[in-house]
Amino acid sequence: MPHPTDTTTALDTTPLTDAEVLLLRRDFPALKQQVNGHELIYLDSGATSQKPASVLDAERSFYEHDNSAVHRGAHTLAANATELFENARATVARFVGARENEIVWTSNATEGLNLIAYGMSNASIGRGGADAARFVLREGDEIVTTEGEHHANLVPWQELAARTGATLRHIPVDDDGALRMDEAVRMIGSRTKLVAFTHVSNVTGVINPVEELVRLAHDGGALVVLDACQSAPHRVLDLAALDVDFAVFSGHKMLAPTGIGVLYGRSELLDALPPFLTGGSMITTVTLDSSGYLPAPQRFEAGTQKVSQAIALAAAIDYLTAVGVDRIEAWESHLGARLVEGFSALPGVRVLGPGVGVHRAGLASVDVDGVHAHDVGQFLDDRGIAVRVGHHCAQPLHRRFGVTASTRASAYLYNTTADVDAVIDGMGAVRSFFGVAS
Amino acid sequence: MSGDLAGLYQQVILDHSREKHGFGLQPDADASSHQVNPTCGDELTLQLHVSDGVISSVTWEGAGCSISMASASLLTDLAPGLSLGDARQRIALFRELMHSRGAGIDDDDELLGDAIVLEGVSKYVARVKCAMLAWVALEADLAQLDA
Ligand SMILES: Cc1ncc(COP(=O)(O)O)c(C=O)c1O
Repeated sequence: MPHPTDTTTALDTTPLTDAEVLLLRRDFPALKQQVNGHELIYLDSGATSQKPASVLDAERSFYEHDNSAVHRGAHTLAANATELFENARATVARFVGARENEIVWTSNATEGLNLIAYGMSNASIGRGGADAARFVLREGDEIVTTEGEHHANLVPWQELAARTGATLRHIPVDDDGALRMDEAVRMIGSRTKLVAFTHVSNVTGVINPVEELVRLAHDGGALVVLDACQSAPHRVLDLAALDVDFAVFSGHKMLAPTGIGVLYGRSELLDALPPFLTGGSMITTVTLDSSGYLPAPQRFEAGTQKVSQAIALAAAIDYLTAVGVDRIEAWESHLGARLVEGFSALPGVRVLGPGVGVHRAGLASVDVDGVHAHDVGQFLDDRGIAVRVGHHCAQPLHRRFGVTASTRASAYLYNTTADVDAVIDGMGAVRSFFGVAS
Repeated sequence: MSGDLAGLYQQVILDHSREKHGFGLQPDADASSHQVNPTCGDELTLQLHVSDGVISSVTWEGAGCSISMASASLLTDLAPGLSLGDARQRIALFRELMHSRGAGIDDDDELLGDAIVLEGVSKYVARVKCAMLAWVALEADLAQLDA
């Protein structure tokens, strides 16, 4: 059975080592291949991660043995499937410091954010009654987000503002991509009903000050939505301790398949928020004219659910836990620092976001003077190195940095120091290839 | 470096991506269109100048990868002197070339002039949109003249 080496204890925060990483890498079938005549170096986990065999096996095993509809039917397979499905929820809940009824399955983080936005929208037109009063938005109310968000944590709020008449405001970032907390203090106040921000930036690797923002929001009575897409896969997350009201993340960025995501909400909020998608499996009594809804999480899980994906997500979490999320975080911190040091030393290469010496996640995006990101990515791909190019679904942030696109290298637990050195080396050769180095 | 990469980024292409023939918008265009490639943020405005049913020049401004910039530059060289019908035919031919997945087009490749150097792009499905950007803009300009 392919399984991470049990080199850890719960409190171990020593970084992984290159030797351990090379062992882990064997668990990932997709990493064992050549691309353009080179061993694949996968540095695009910020977009989506590769999957270990244990996760693929879990999904396959479900279909081979337990496939059945959950929460319906009285037969044995249905009971087994339901148990696995709900156990997966419990696994996720433990992983992020939540209770089981605070974990809602979504198809991805984007759907989770839309679920909150549409729930609030529905509350704002009177759905959910008095219980949903705290979700009501109207003219004069404000939604605060930031200049550094992924479009998934921006566009739904734009639409929500447009539907309700609320005003959308943005905390700006400074030249290094850090939130301007002086502006945040001024902006977040009694009009603020919701503050939505990312934990870790998918472009700069900046780690935002969650506690401080939560305090500001809660002092004014606003709800907090945390985009944990780039944190849940990479660092220990205790959502209850962070005291956020809602959080979202996607399974595919944390070793699980596509099609499964998680919405966390404090249970009293989830039970009061009007549903977004409606239909089967989320109701109590249905008449021809109206229906009653189950409490959370089921009230948000209309229709046939993503069962095999949820089970596979639990297997992914088991894998991450066995390796030790603290150790992964420490390792990626090492890789991130090395990336930034390496990139910063190259002439004509500008790192977007925090510079050398500032704590960051294990990713870095760069602008290469005179060479478009798309060309940089193509050049690196020729060396078997997979990076992300473009605006990474964060156009406003790129505009802030005065560029339309950048090249991002993002690491995960299966990347070695040598992988990082290879992308730095490749980056160093880009400008002369394209004839722009002096 | 692999042979494919050298084929994609031929020197002519790199030169055009820097020289950008036809760069700079003019106040008196007969048609103009703006195109965006949302996957990588390439953007381009391309103007068409016509006299007596024949293209007199193409001018443009934009920002993007070397392939999209070179393609616009090469189109600028090709277009002058073509009738509107001929221009449509060249666009169709270029599109066929781009979708040939490296196979090229058999006969009429001289009709594309130096733009034939972009043939290598057709092996890189993700880059075809970059190369097409200026040509799609010209197509939209021609449609405006019809309207
Ligand atoms: C910070 C951040 N938020 C949101 C998302 C959206 O995730 P998904 O596309 O899985 O819904 C991503 C992924 O690209 C991300 O990096």
